[in-house]
Amino acid sequence: MLELIFFSLLNGVVTGLLLFMLASGLTLIFSMMGVLNFAHASFYMLGAYFAYTISIYLGFWVGLIVAPILVGLLGAVVERYGLRYVHRWGHVAELIFTFGLAFLIEEVVQFIWGKDTKAYHEPEILQFPLFTFFGQNFPAYKAFMLVISIGIFILLLLILTRSRVGLIIQAAIHKPNMTAMLGHNVPLVFMGVFGVGCALAGLAGVIAGPALGTFPGMAFVLGSIVFVIVVVGGLGSLTGAFVASLLIGLLQTFAIALDYSVNDLLQLFNISFDADSALRDLWTLSLPQIAPILPYLLLILILIFRPTGLFGNRET
Amino acid sequence: MLEVTDLHAFYGKSHILQGVNFHVGEGEIVSLLGRNGVGRSTTIKAIMGEVPPHGSIKFRGEEISGLKEHEIAHRGLGYVPENRDVFPGMTVRQNLIMGIKDMKKQGRWAMEDMFKMFPNLRERADVDAGVLSGGEQQMLTMCRTLMGDPDLVMIDEPTEGLAPKIVAQVGDLLSEIAKRGVSILLVEQKLAIALRISHRLYVMGHGHMVYEGTPDELKANEQIRKEWLEV
Repeated sequence: MLELIFFSLLNGVVTGLLLFMLASGLTLIFSMMGVLNFAHASFYMLGAYFAYTISIYLGFWVGLIVAPILVGLLGAVVERYGLRYVHRWGHVAELIFTFGLAFLIEEVVQFIWGKDTKAYHEPEILQFPLFTFFGQNFPAYKAFMLVISIGIFILLLLILTRSRVGLIIQAAIHKPNMTAMLGHNVPLVFMGVFGVGCALAGLAGVIAGPALGTFPGMAFVLGSIVFVIVVVGGLGSLTGAFVASLLIGLLQTFAIALDYSVNDLLQLFNISFDADSALRDLWTLSLPQIAPILPYLLLILILIFRPTGLFGNRET
Repeated sequence: MLEVTDLHAFYGKSHILQGVNFHVGEGEIVSLLGRNGVGRSTTIKAIMGEVPPHGSIKFRGEEISGLKEHEIAHRGLGYVPENRDVFPGMTVRQNLIMGIKDMKKQGRWAMEDMFKMFPNLRERADVDAGVLSGGEQQMLTMCRTLMGDPDLVMIDEPTEGLAPKIVAQVGDLLSEIAKRGVSILLVEQKLAIALRISHRLYVMGHGHMVYEGTPDELKANEQIRKEWLEV
């Protein structure tokens, strides 16, 4: 049991921090634009595909650096020549634009790379178990994911809270007009934040690709979870996004690891059921089976009991 | 230094500024007077590009009408809004840092100057600006703009709703700004302050200038004061 909790905890934190890399960019972009960027997870997918192609020719490590930069530049171009233009027609137009962009990116990815899962693997230097605990291995690549995610988290925190750029970003989000009149180029700040947000999503894709698979549906798989995180954490709140990312990362891994069913729960109260009952499927329903829907269940509960999210403070 | 010619501005379909003409010279303190709603604040906002301007606005001979807000600020124009628009979640010090346009350039003002003039701000340097009193927020807003080292600063109703002691402090700051060679365009309702510190005054009514003169001339012109200023 101890090793189960230990490994679930580690895996949960790895997943949670990976999700935070996506959610942090999404929530910052939401704070600026006032709408959710539906295409955010598509940039995550592009990160994985770019890194896969680069790794074929130049190796994993070049891909790790170059792919997020390419994705970030692409994001900046999308903001500058797409979203900024669409912005004048309001939030609905922006929303539809990002929605369309998500489809477009998915189609382009299928067109260029095909529908099958790509053989994008972790580098050989990281293909060994870092440690063994109760006979179970912890892969070095997961530790690497953990280090990158924590590093990015600390870097983001330092930039946003300790640097002048961070101050200007915060100011531009809350009072764009006043910030501009103090001489700061707010549209450039927005383009930069959008680009960096996309680059972070791209980086998440680069490191998640070998672990979770590089296939055209990867944006869809993670995209909806990231929206759940941003809403659960509170729209526009970075702290909220961080807490919700870890919460959902842990929730998902523990739910998969703990093989309990409704029947086990009922037996605690000495209630048994008829094995031939019509509700048999319900009694035997196990936690790993419902694991994928747990984040959405949490989303519904949050929307009912705390619509602003855990750390949200804005009326949206 | 600032030359505004035939300036028009609109809020939706409302024609707010209807051909405003005025100028501010180098090192001059000029006040824009008038009752509420005549377009004084809109004039400043149009110059800063916050409200789209129609007409000519020249700063040091260059046309700035149509430029973006941050470009106008970089030309040397500073704006202090009337609603004490501090960044509430940032500390006093961070608010002042936000005012700096170019970190590499040492301008007329350093943070130490601000703290010397307003010891209150020094004491509360690491406190969130949102919890300051109205007067302190007004000081902070003015100091923040000065940190950007403008050559002309446009100040909208700096004494509105402030206690007499703070009003006097604002007056002192305005004098200090002028002493350092910065021109001031002041929008003010309190005639006493405007008359005391201005070199020239304009009176606005119905979206354009209705009077221009020196403080002594305005003091002597009871008709203008009655028609356009007194409530």
